[in-house]
Amino acid sequence: MRKFGQHFIIIFVLAFLYLPILILTFYSFTSSTIIGSVRGFSLDNYVTLFTEEALLSMMIGTVILAITVACLSVLLGTTGAIGAFYSKKKSRVALELANEIPIVNADVVTGFSVCILLIVLFNMNKETYIPLVIAQTALCVPFVYLSVTPRLKSMDPALYEAALDLGCSPAQALRKVVIPQIVPGIVSGFMTAITLSLDDYFIATYTKPATFDTISTYVVNATRGSQTKIKTALWALSALLFVAVVIAVVIMNINSEKEKEKA
Amino acid sequence: MFKFDRKQLAIPYAIFLVLFVILPLLVVIYYGFTDADGHLSFDNLVFFFSSSKTIGTLLYSLVIAVVVTVICLLMAYPVALILAKGVYSRKHSFLMVFVLPMWINFTLRITALKEILTLLEGNLAYHQFANTIICMVYDFLPFMIMPLFNSLTKLDDSMIEAGRDLGATSFQTLIKIILPLSVPGIISGITMVFLPAMTNYVVLDMVYNSTYIMGSLIGSYFSSYDWNNGSIISAILLILIGLFTIITNRLAGDGERRVS
Repeated sequence: MRKFGQHFIIIFVLAFLYLPILILTFYSFTSSTIIGSVRGFSLDNYVTLFTEEALLSMMIGTVILAITVACLSVLLGTTGAIGAFYSKKKSRVALELANEIPIVNADVVTGFSVCILLIVLFNMNKETYIPLVIAQTALCVPFVYLSVTPRLKSMDPALYEAALDLGCSPAQALRKVVIPQIVPGIVSGFMTAITLSLDDYFIATYTKPATFDTISTYVVNATRGSQTKIKTALWALSALLFVAVVIAVVIMNINSEKEKEKA
Repeated sequence: MFKFDRKQLAIPYAIFLVLFVILPLLVVIYYGFTDADGHLSFDNLVFFFSSSKTIGTLLYSLVIAVVVTVICLLMAYPVALILAKGVYSRKHSFLMVFVLPMWINFTLRITALKEILTLLEGNLAYHQFANTIICMVYDFLPFMIMPLFNSLTKLDDSMIEAGRDLGATSFQTLIKIILPLSVPGIISGITMVFLPAMTNYVVLDMVYNSTYIMGSLIGSYFSSYDWNNGSIISAILLILIGLFTIITNRLAGDGERRVS
């Protein structure tokens, strides 16, 4: 009986989380324009998704932005974490405090404040993409920092010293000894930065160029408009993203199982 | 001659933090306390606290945030407890199933839910409040499950067994042992949900909720290029966020001390 209760709760919550997206995935393969009326099988939504100019450029733009932001975040976050790790406690605590700000702050405030500083006060041109990249990077770096720091803490400090004793310069020791050990932290920081950038709506709204759209801003505008062709093509995009995320999670799981077996 | 030191690696990030995290917030506070001509003024602040519309918005966001957080907690806690201590093996893989939706763009997920709600209700405008709550819970639930699971899975089984041996019923074990020991997880779950629920106005926009929350105010001042009033809202939000962070940190600290 207890077992039954546990299954019931789990199934109920899973249904809540997954039914909408599964139903939408099903309807993305039909020619219906509203959920509930089944018409014939059709791949039109997928064709539209990959042929409509506006949709294509929006998707490519979002991905390029996410990769740019993630690379910058990894660079700043990793060097920041390494530098802070070897700094005096006072400066490290100060840096870590500032690092917390974008994490606890509301995205609306982060985006708006960068907009006020760069676009309103310094009169910077939004069309250069610089405010957008800076604001999203400000959101993402703290998470890279937080995923690299534990790796540094769990590292054996003697290895770095040994490398120096064996004739490495500090820069070489860093590159050949420290960096390889913190790679898992860097990778997970990179992935977090990518997902944060892909999911972001608020920072993009306040800092993006007028004609540029990310997936989020595009979807929100599309729900206001009444173009059914675009609306149903976005169902196809949801379905594809859903499948992509499922595959990514399965691969990650298999990899972590393998690592556990090795250990 | 330039000598490389590991500490210097932190300099670029330190500069970045000062320029693009701290400075923007200071500028926002400055803009919040000046008028359109740049003169020092408390008009924006006075306006916020004297207009029934803005005060109403503040209260409405607090109500939304509390309701969403409580429902998320009530739904997530049993799930996290079952995953961490229940009948299922391979709990970490199973947890992934629950947090996976987090990685799909939230606007697309809300669109999916909206289509289903429209099918069930016909017109979303009839139950704006309920729909907003449902959509936000749908959006934020994984963020509540994860920290709860992390703190429950660390909980030592022998504590629960000791309670049982000493004669506690399952309900007593839950209330007197499991719940107090998972306080840090509960707190970090609340921080993940409460603040976004106060500010994520896109969910309201998408379910056609005509009432505003704090985030919407910034959005509407932004659209009308009213930087000073937008800034005072941001400054007020900043203060709320700061207070909230201090309180939750203190509570989490107390919780940890009780455990150790």
